Amino acid sequence: MATPVTVHGPPLSTAVSRVLACLIEKDVPFQLIPVNMAKGEHKSPDFLKIQPFGQVPAFQDEATSLFESRAICRYICEKYPEKGNKGLYGTNPLAKASIDQWVEAEGQSFNPPSSVLVFQLAFAPRMKLKQDQSLISQNETKLEKLLGVYEKRLGESRFLAGDDFSLADLSHLPNAHYLVNAAEREELFTSKKNVERWWGEISSRDSWKKVVDMQKQST
Amino acid sequence: MVVKVYGPVFASPKRVLVCLVEKEIEFEGVPLDLLKGEHKDPEFLKLQPFGTVPVTQDGDYVLYESRAILRYYAEKYKSQGTDLLGKTVEERGQVENWLEVEAHNFNPHVFNLTLHVMFSSKLGIPRDENVIKESEEKLGRVLDIYEERLSKSKYLAGDFFSLADLSHLPFTQYLVGPIGKEYMITSRKHVNAWWNDISSRPSWQKVLQLYPAPL
Repeated sequence: MATPVTVHGPPLSTAVSRVLACLIEKDVPFQLIPVNMAKGEHKSPDFLKIQPFGQVPAFQDEATSLFESRAICRYICEKYPEKGNKGLYGTNPLAKASIDQWVEAEGQSFNPPSSVLVFQLAFAPRMKLKQDQSLISQNETKLEKLLGVYEKRLGESRFLAGDDFSLADLSHLPNAHYLVNAAEREELFTSKKNVERWWGEISSRDSWKKVVDMQKQST
Repeated sequence: MVVKVYGPVFASPKRVLVCLVEKEIEFEGVPLDLLKGEHKDPEFLKLQPFGTVPVTQDGDYVLYESRAILRYYAEKYKSQGTDLLGKTVEERGQVENWLEVEAHNFNPHVFNLTLHVMFSSKLGIPRDENVIKESEEKLGRVLDIYEERLSKSKYLAGDFFSLADLSHLPFTQYLVGPIGKEYMITSRKHVNAWWNDISSRPSWQKVLQLYPAPL
């Protein structure tokens, strides 16, 4: 019997939830092994063997051991092309390139300011850490400007990479979810007509709802 | 078909150039002066709405984000030139893993060093010594992990040169050159051997010859 796919990390982590959403979209069964970051489990020698940077998630599929959520997502799509959502990573090279372009845009342009905001607004208060107002304001401005580019794109195209939901949209779900639901920044998404429409569609996908359930159950 | 690459003298476009050379694909550099703000021109923003380089134009086909461009050409021309993606899905997974490491763990710190050490005066932004110090520390910790990895594996994704190694070329060239921190590489035995290997590839030497650094 093949070793099932295993994900190591807390479902509340944005990067972990990115991988979970992909596995559920692709209908790939998996086992989730919790990692207690408050207790520093992600820095334990055993964990560092599977993720030397001490970050979550870590991932295993039979003999393959991987990390970096967006790499794991691409691997899942390439390893299991016939399962679940077959178009998640495109079914032809041009579709795939467009998806890669927007996954990169998410990773390079959306993720940095949204991660800072999520940490400052949603996590810092819960961890009793002092918020940095100037960092909040700088990153709000960056994100606002960025979403202006998205607004134009989403006026031309139903989803970021084209007419179908893809890894590019999925990749945005974790941080956007926290901005809307835990950081009181729903307005970033609702103040722009096309972005609001897009957010409504992608956040109501069954796969994302299941991930949100997993997050709630883990608290 | 000749692939046009915008902003060839700058670092991120050079990722694309070295990939195209490895894949034996003809290209043409299209000058774009970031130091003069040409990336914010309305005409350019029509091609690349985020106002960054590189952008490639292959006939009518426009693509941006260097690592997306790398993946597209490496896959489209898989059977020609150097294989940069590995031979199996599992090897490809390792390539993706370390390409993402470059993007999220390596690049942010070396990019900060590039901005503050090389370009701050040219761009009229204050040179922040705290950012330089912190970026060097963080980069050092990342390179320690690379040292461990490269003691077990000739290249980052395995025993084969891949997109994951290639992606490091442009900014590491800045690090050992104009940024003045060659010691960060030479003080780490396996990182040093890896750097010497990948930077002496004829493809990289050709790119450096064609498009010297912008400063």
